[in-house]
Amino acid sequence: MSEITGVNVYPQEKKMSGLYQLSITVNDTEFQREVDPRLLLSDFLRHELGLTGTHIGCEHGVCGACTVLFDGLPVRSCLMFAVQADGHQVQTVEGLGTVDDLHVIQQAFHDAHGLQCGFCTPGILMTLVPFLEKNPRPSEDQIRHAISGNICRCTGYQHIVDAVKLAAENMNQ
Amino acid sequence: MKPPPFDYYNPTSVGEALTHLAEHGYDAKALAGGQSLIPMLNFRLAQPAVLVDLNRIADLSFIRETDDGGLHLGAMTRHYQVENDPLVAEKAPLIAEAMPQIATTQIRSRGTFGGSIAHADPSAELVAISVALDAEFHLRSQSGIRKFKAEDFFLGMFTTQLDPEELLVEITLPPLPARTGWALQEIARRPHDFALVGVAALVTLNELGHIQESRIVLFSVGDGPVMALKARALLQGQSPSPELFRAAAETASMEDVDPTSDIHASASYRRQLVRVLTRQALERSVERAHARVK
Repeated sequence: MSEITGVNVYPQEKKMSGLYQLSITVNDTEFQREVDPRLLLSDFLRHELGLTGTHIGCEHGVCGACTVLFDGLPVRSCLMFAVQADGHQVQTVEGLGTVDDLHVIQQAFHDAHGLQCGFCTPGILMTLVPFLEKNPRPSEDQIRHAISGNICRCTGYQHIVDAVKLAAENMNQ
Repeated sequence: MKPPPFDYYNPTSVGEALTHLAEHGYDAKALAGGQSLIPMLNFRLAQPAVLVDLNRIADLSFIRETDDGGLHLGAMTRHYQVENDPLVAEKAPLIAEAMPQIATTQIRSRGTFGGSIAHADPSAELVAISVALDAEFHLRSQSGIRKFKAEDFFLGMFTTQLDPEELLVEITLPPLPARTGWALQEIARRPHDFALVGVAALVTLNELGHIQESRIVLFSVGDGPVMALKARALLQGQSPSPELFRAAAETASMEDVDPTSDIHASASYRRQLVRVLTRQALERSVERAHARVK
């Protein structure tokens, strides 16, 4: 199939139950896949691309575990269809840092014990990336509002808030 | 928790979208930001045969000043765009103030103004605010445009004047009258969560400083936004005072609403919240109306 640019490639009459060609840039790598329109972006990332760092908690937009950056903005990937990401940029936790070279926010979460089981962590990290870019010196109140769309059942949030403060400090150095 | 199968269209123009809606009627559902519809699909509370995705229609996303100094909002304008727009802050400060409270950052990246209106959730801030601000909605279908005032548009829980082949394309807000103040007061279990009770208010003073008009809209207390008409009648022409606000709030809580109990709050607690929040909203609005006179 030739170049695909955000338009359904199937003729109108075959559109009905057809798969959609999609071209998506995830963590600066371009992928081309055929998807069923009902495939959620979260499932696409995990099952089609094997990027299992994006976690799936509630699948109805409450827990925030599946947060990724969509064209730079934090979104819940369980509340989007993969087909809607055609032609767009997605960033997941895998694009943030590696085990040997942690992102400054990841390092701060490590240092300040900002996680216990870690299930909510990828979503929180992806929420924080644009937040700290926009608010390099956030108050505790701002931090708590920023992560209010991410549910953590282990930490009681205190160490997460500490980690965000530490990350902000380290980023400002 | 996976959406049911559906046929999917992603038109790039309003005309094309209307063609799909006309063809499929009740079987089709328009997909705006998807922050309410996709959870409903995931829960299988909604199982439309056809989804018409509006996200590629660039023409539906805009914020413009009207000739008379009000605002035009395209239905697909996203919450974060409205939240960060200086024109909205200037022309519709009530909306600018409400935006950061509406859902979470992640939802505001995707959710749209028109989507919230068309969904007509009785606990949605924008639904109540659009009634308080006397917004007008433009509904387009292949047979033309219908316009509704916000107070005539919402018919009940998740129910509006929208016909299946119609699309909400634009929201028009009249300019704020002179000597007018505003307030949004709400209580939720957690910040950014659904309101247990909320009040959107707009109060205009006359040249003597008396209350000329008050639009008090309560939400999360019934099947849709509730205009506190009895409280409004009580306020009409009166000189603002703490006693007056208390009396109006009492009237709003006892006569204008008939809230029900659910797992989140009892009816009597909701009444109490109406009483407190209405008083606070009136105080705040009048204070701001005075500030705008100076």
